[in-house]
Amino acid sequence: MKAGVIVFPGSNCDHDCYHALKHVLGVETVFIWHKEGSLGDVDAVVVPGGFSYGDYLRCGAIAKNSPVMRDVIRFAGEGRPVVGICNGFQVLTESGLLPGALMRNRHLKFLCKSVQLRVENAATCFTARYQQGQVIDIPIAHHDGNYYADAATLDTMEENQQVAFRYVDNPNGSMSDIAGVLNKRKNVLGMMPHPERVVESLLGGTDGLPLFTALKEHVVGA
Amino acid sequence: MLAKVYVTLKNGVLDPQGKAILGSLHAMDFQSARDVRVGKYLEIEVNGTDPELVRSEVAEMAKKLLANTVIENYRIELVNG
Repeated sequence: MKAGVIVFPGSNCDHDCYHALKHVLGVETVFIWHKEGSLGDVDAVVVPGGFSYGDYLRCGAIAKNSPVMRDVIRFAGEGRPVVGICNGFQVLTESGLLPGALMRNRHLKFLCKSVQLRVENAATCFTARYQQGQVIDIPIAHHDGNYYADAATLDTMEENQQVAFRYVDNPNGSMSDIAGVLNKRKNVLGMMPHPERVVESLLGGTDGLPLFTALKEHVVGA
Repeated sequence: MLAKVYVTLKNGVLDPQGKAILGSLHAMDFQSARDVRVGKYLEIEVNGTDPELVRSEVAEMAKKLLANTVIENYRIELVNG
């Protein structure tokens, strides 16, 4: 398996994702600069957190036009796995790969703390190593994580089991307590919390590891 | 030609910044303020003289980049110059 971590100017969780994949999981991993027109021969793509283009205009709005995003859209269209974390989630909603939008947190504060998430759909290539309804501890670090979608979109998402994770105690005002969403086909996941920050007990937790393990098993076979 | 683009949140989309500003206005005793919505204002210098063509070009810019139409509306004003 080969994983690709996209790097935009302003990405700052790219090395954390690289570490989780390469050193903790032992997966061959490459960085892919946003100016690249092709993802190459990777089997999975991670769009990491940070502040791509300084969050100018809107979080993720400029990054969605980077050359590499055209190939990420093609890759996702082939049903292959793409996960966007934090700013990566914002890039994926802006690019239209995921429904909804992420707005300023309800109380306007930057939130940096560990939160509890409930796994709402454990039948995907990202969540298969969790139990349905399992509560996990994953840190958040964002200013714009307030998930919004109109009522019709939310209904469709619920019908299609597109909510991957919900906050147990909603920190940011997200509609329906949504912390992570899937596309209809379930091969694209976006989430505000940072699973790559809890993949070793040395880091204070391991609840993020099953996500990367599930992804690896999906690609290489369990 | 100068295009002025106003990007505003759609009705029904909660605006936490607007709410905080409204709270501050009330704290300053501006009780007449009833609601505040925060938006963005952009000035774009556009090549072209045909207002219809410029308007449709700027509308494409708004749809594809300047506004996120999931949560925002946009309004365009053209100024000859």
